[in-house]
Amino acid sequence: MKWSEFFVTGEPLIYAADVSIVLTVIGIVFILTYFKKWKWLWDEWLTTVDHKKIGVMYIISAVLMLFRGGVDALLMRAQLTAPNMKFLDSQHYNEIFTTHGTIMILFMAMPFIIGLMNIVVPLQIGARDVAYPYLNALSFWLFFVGAMLFNIAFVIGGSPDAGWTAYFPLAGNEFSPGVGNNYYAVALQISGIGTLMTGINFLVTILKMRALGMTLMRMPMFTWTILITCVLIIFAFPVLTVALALMTFDRLFDTQFFTMANGGMSMLWANLFWIWGHPEVYIVILPSFGIFSEVVSTFARKRLFGYKAMVGSIVGIAFLSFIVWVHHFFTMGAGAAVNSFFSITTMAIAIPTGVKIFNWLFTLRKGRIRFTTAMLWSLAFIPNFVIGGVTGVMLAMAAADYQYHNSYFLIAHFHYVLIAGTVFACFAGLHYWYPKMFGHMLNERLGKWTFWLFMIGFNVCFFPMYFLGLMGMTRRMYTYSAGLGWTPLNVVATIGAALMGIGFLVLCYNIYYSARYGERDMTGDPWDGRTLEWATSSPVAHYNFAVIPEVKDLDAYWEMKKSGKGFEMDEEKLKPIHMPSNSGRPFLISIAFFFAGFGLVFKWFTLAIIAAVFIILGLILRSFDDDDGYYISVDEIKRTERLTRKEA
Amino acid sequence: MKQRVWKWASLLPLSLLIFLSGCSENMLVLQPKGPVAKTQYDLIVWSVGFMLLIIVVVFVLFAVVLIRYREKPENANYEPPEEEGNTLLEIVWTAIPIIIVTALAIPTVKATFALEKPSQKSVKPLTIHVTAANWKWIFSYPEQNIETVNYVNIPEDVPVKFELTSVGPMSSFWVPQLGGQKYAMDGMETELFLEADEPGSYMGRNANFTGKGFTHMEFEVVAQTKDDFNKWVKDVQQTAPKLSKEKYDTILKPGLVGRMTFSNTHLEWVDHSKQNSHHMGKTEDHRENAEHDEGMHMEHQSHQ
Repeated sequence: MKWSEFFVTGEPLIYAADVSIVLTVIGIVFILTYFKKWKWLWDEWLTTVDHKKIGVMYIISAVLMLFRGGVDALLMRAQLTAPNMKFLDSQHYNEIFTTHGTIMILFMAMPFIIGLMNIVVPLQIGARDVAYPYLNALSFWLFFVGAMLFNIAFVIGGSPDAGWTAYFPLAGNEFSPGVGNNYYAVALQISGIGTLMTGINFLVTILKMRALGMTLMRMPMFTWTILITCVLIIFAFPVLTVALALMTFDRLFDTQFFTMANGGMSMLWANLFWIWGHPEVYIVILPSFGIFSEVVSTFARKRLFGYKAMVGSIVGIAFLSFIVWVHHFFTMGAGAAVNSFFSITTMAIAIPTGVKIFNWLFTLRKGRIRFTTAMLWSLAFIPNFVIGGVTGVMLAMAAADYQYHNSYFLIAHFHYVLIAGTVFACFAGLHYWYPKMFGHMLNERLGKWTFWLFMIGFNVCFFPMYFLGLMGMTRRMYTYSAGLGWTPLNVVATIGAALMGIGFLVLCYNIYYSARYGERDMTGDPWDGRTLEWATSSPVAHYNFAVIPEVKDLDAYWEMKKSGKGFEMDEEKLKPIHMPSNSGRPFLISIAFFFAGFGLVFKWFTLAIIAAVFIILGLILRSFDDDDGYYISVDEIKRTERLTRKEA
Repeated sequence: MKQRVWKWASLLPLSLLIFLSGCSENMLVLQPKGPVAKTQYDLIVWSVGFMLLIIVVVFVLFAVVLIRYREKPENANYEPPEEEGNTLLEIVWTAIPIIIVTALAIPTVKATFALEKPSQKSVKPLTIHVTAANWKWIFSYPEQNIETVNYVNIPEDVPVKFELTSVGPMSSFWVPQLGGQKYAMDGMETELFLEADEPGSYMGRNANFTGKGFTHMEFEVVAQTKDDFNKWVKDVQQTAPKLSKEKYDTILKPGLVGRMTFSNTHLEWVDHSKQNSHHMGKTEDHRENAEHDEGMHMEHQSHQ
């Protein structure tokens, strides 16, 4: 392979990216060296098994990926602003929408949600860490190297260009001979393994590590949604693993699972992809429902209305999510009976979802609603998600779907549910739990600016797309001609996208501004919260709870406050706390995964095998590892607690 | 100040309406020109009614709750009651969605079954084979023995049975004004019935991404009166050139081509809807298959 094929060449945008990547890396190395932070980086972050730090790393990665996916989106909108634009050519546009979709779902939405659940779930259930802290670190680093592997594609070797769905035979060797789709198969596989392990980890954590008295039906709603999400992950991700493995075989070793020739079956890919893909969208939406439930309940100062019905409906939605996948390809010609069945199962999802919407509305009713930034995101979710939801029901009607399928109507629908659902939830959760992560609040004024810019921009961008779909504009077109009359709505959409971009910049500035000037949270309970995470100090002590609280009701901390006791700590009751030791091995194993993956992408099998040996070595070393962790002495706990409580 | 804001805000939906009515002539899906598109249009309109109802109910409830129960100086000491839920209310808002879903499901199922058949029984449908290739549409009329590329003429008021297949990536055959789309897949045959009510030109396009040239993979459907159509067929049969295998192979090469017309069809030597036919490049004739297998063997040997 020639160097000119190894590095992507010929595009000014790519050269600019090359330069900025090199400068960023040099900048990071310089700062770490100049301020002598390498040891700090290793001890505090790269080797950590603390769920809170892992959560923070997930969220930082997700925000970076939101930037990358967002830039992709803005490039696409720029290209589509006017007819016959020459800004991007077809190939470049194809690569950009492929990476936009893949990154936003797998490397932005998922890690953002997983980051929040890492930080919050152990705190909400009164645990000191997750069930398998070492595995948790490995999960994060596998996700991270998977994301990095996917992200270097556009400068090294070329991006995947067959859409985030990578439908065969288009994504096969015959039509996509470059390495782009190898990146897709291998990078998603690596991060997918991480996600699967997260699912198992949190399932066990929630089932086995709840504080005394926290029965299942006293669990906070966010924890409930995570529990169900873990079940979805455990059932759905193995399907992706298998599908990607078959894809890898097809692409690297010329097997014929999905090819056109020799009995390959491209429709099998579409089925496998969506058997994973549909539960996947619920994996990112159910936790969002959980976040909204927490925020709405806190800022309405009311218990969640219809808690049992809420639990029932997430279980119902999770079950239905596995029997609707064919609605992604009603147009494949499976026949009227099959399409009718999947139409009805899909529409049925509207029933538990409707129940949830009304329960949120009735949680607000008779409340005393405070419009904090987190609450604004949660409130905006309701009307916007309803628009996305009802158009989802319209898409579920098979006979009508033949007209909407693959058009901008569909694009508008899934952005309305994924942005108004998941992205709004991520922002709500970020503002809400920020003091738990960093000990200070995000600035409310800047937060509200972000909210209004982004929320209005979102509607301006995506609402016109419903009509573009009805005009016959299909997704993934890189240009269009003037005579079709699509120009005005496309101009409007681009303006909206720009507003969203500005909103994101304000958020980034807010993170910087608040770190320097933000209000420190001395109480640990800035919002007058209801669940156990607000019983800890901000930022949370390494061991979370000096004494594990006893839970007597749903909204355990609220109940403690109401009964006048608060969460008092009796120093006499302190015992040494057992904590897991840090380990650099998850990080190193993941680095080996990166090189193994990189070797596979370029069919450099020697590199892949050497890296695989390191992976196996890491697993063997882990098996003989008898580090049982360490104890934090009572004295140290007393010191830490007095310090935080004195500040309070 | 506040009131003026509300006055302006109330103009928003109105301006939206005006704006959309300006665009509506371009909304092909809402301009059905045949019974299939009409069935779908009716279903869409039926569902939009329910959806608007849901949106209005939720939005009004949402606005009322936010305005009434927002925090204000007067209610600073108000402590919200702890309600666990209300069984009756919860049954109501479970039942209503069930009713709405049922009201949508019945016509959906009916329409979905109806679209699998031609819209009229008395008229014999015209069969047209459609072959999607990177990045063009090939139309073969087996009964008339003619073939066109990137445009297709059909008679008005006659159901047309499009038999769809592909020699490349999965494509989707979509003529918004005549009806919804269906996938064209390699080694497969899918059927789509469409019909035009009146003569006219209708935009058709590939709706499923197939790589570089996808955006330009458009075709025109020209609906003609029966007489015009028959005259056109006769014309083509008499004047259009013959399609040779070599010519056909050049057409199949990835790229964009203009419109073409031929007085025979490629179905004479290949039907891509038969499994793996493209790979064999010939017909499903046994003798040629055998030859092909030998070719495969030779390939293997040359590798060794």
